[in-house]
Amino acid sequence: MIIKTHNQIPKIPSSEITDPLIFKERRKIIKTMLAMTVAGMVSPYTKAESAKSKGATVAKSKFSNASLTPTSAELVKNYTNYYEFAFDKEGSTQLAQTLRTDPWSVEISGEVEKPGAYHLETILRQQTLQERIYRFRCVEAWSMVVPWVGFSLADLLKIVKPLSTAKFVKFTTLYQPETMLNQRSTAMLTWPYVEGLRIDEAMHPLTMLAVGMYGDVLPKQNGAPLRLVVPWKYGFKSIKAIVKIELLKKPPLTTWNQSAPHEYGFYANVNPAISHPRWSQNTERQLGSGFFTPRRQTELFNGYGEQVAALYRDMDLQHFF
Amino acid sequence: MLQINKLYLSVIAGCLVPLVWLGVDIALNNLGANPIQALHIRLGDWALRFLWLTLAITPLQTMTKWRGMADYRQLLGLVAFFYATAHLVVYLIVDHGLMWRLIAIDILESAYIWFGVLAYLIIFALAITSPKLAKKRLGKNWKKLHRSIYLASGAAMIHYFWQLKGNLAEPVLYLLLIMLLLGFRILVWLKNRQFNKMMLPKGRKQ
Repeated sequence: MIIKTHNQIPKIPSSEITDPLIFKERRKIIKTMLAMTVAGMVSPYTKAESAKSKGATVAKSKFSNASLTPTSAELVKNYTNYYEFAFDKEGSTQLAQTLRTDPWSVEISGEVEKPGAYHLETILRQQTLQERIYRFRCVEAWSMVVPWVGFSLADLLKIVKPLSTAKFVKFTTLYQPETMLNQRSTAMLTWPYVEGLRIDEAMHPLTMLAVGMYGDVLPKQNGAPLRLVVPWKYGFKSIKAIVKIELLKKPPLTTWNQSAPHEYGFYANVNPAISHPRWSQNTERQLGSGFFTPRRQTELFNGYGEQVAALYRDMDLQHFF
Repeated sequence: MLQINKLYLSVIAGCLVPLVWLGVDIALNNLGANPIQALHIRLGDWALRFLWLTLAITPLQTMTKWRGMADYRQLLGLVAFFYATAHLVVYLIVDHGLMWRLIAIDILESAYIWFGVLAYLIIFALAITSPKLAKKRLGKNWKKLHRSIYLASGAAMIHYFWQLKGNLAEPVLYLLLIMLLLGFRILVWLKNRQFNKMMLPKGRKQ
């Protein structure tokens, strides 16, 4: 039996609330790191000037699909699902601008050696930001190619040291009903939004936490200030505006899975052979492709099979969809 | 006569407004990040709306006792067929580039498309039997055949509802409208039945 509990956001003691000056500092940290990261390699997204003046030495991520051409940033910024704000893409982009992302801390708890509330700037100081060009495939059968900026989730988890009992990771989105207006009603989904990964999926180097895209900080509608990106899974797994990361013994109940278990599985790996009960997943429309360009044939694991197929070696993918 | 023709022509022009509007949006690149889907959906929406308008003509005729409406019912039905055809053409050519293997898999795996196909086949049959010549040839069967517009509407509604994911405001409005239109017909049918009963000569059993 599933017992529903009302998720309460743990109050951060006032002693831990960061001084406003520090938030400005955080913005600076991100911007500086992004400038450094991006300057070395992806000049198209930064101004040529800063690229010349800095010439930073950040290694290209080996996990990036360097051969892919990113989708135009304008399309990526204006085609977002963010049901906390609105059920349509235009509305969610617009309303997400009201989101308050300062201050921001992430509570890491559960089966870890070093639980705690970590300020985003503390997390960022310990990481080297990388740019990674990934395919992004939505369950609504459209796809795009995005140059994310962030770091491997594994690099964060290593710092908090998961215990051997940690088998799953649960992620929770911010609960802020005064700006996330749809959180006032649970008619469609239960809030806050929850997603989850198996620990080996979470530790996989492709799995990243993103703080930016296209060489800039993440726009609010795209999941600012911190979102998950799991490129071989449908987009709804890549949870936005993360405030809580819990390491668990048991799989968490994830939001879409809870809402429609026959339609959205826990794994939600991109798989053209497993159709959604109502629509096919065999092909996808690439955002930015012109009229009369046929849809793209969807690939198993969104084309990341070489890296991730081993995670599911002994599993019946038809059953664990 | 001239007066009516003028009205008829302006109705035709009105029916083409959504098409022109779409053309302008395409030209101005106004269809958003996924223009092909937007185009496809908008054509489908207009096919549905003209189908509801077609269904609204008969109740309007009954209520206003205006006799010239059958022509407009035919016209609106053909316009609904026109938008449904455009919806289908965009799906086949613009979205899938006529790659038949992909199209076949998509249709087989998507239950909601089956109802779209059913609705289209019906209104296709209605459209080709729409001319007066076909009406004469079919005689009594014509009316029977054209009653299947109700079946087409039901299938179109399922097609539409089944692919929805989020906002339900517009769909629910459509559902209410259809219930009104069908409710009206049921009322008329019940009234006629009673009327017929009254007209039966006394002493004879029905």
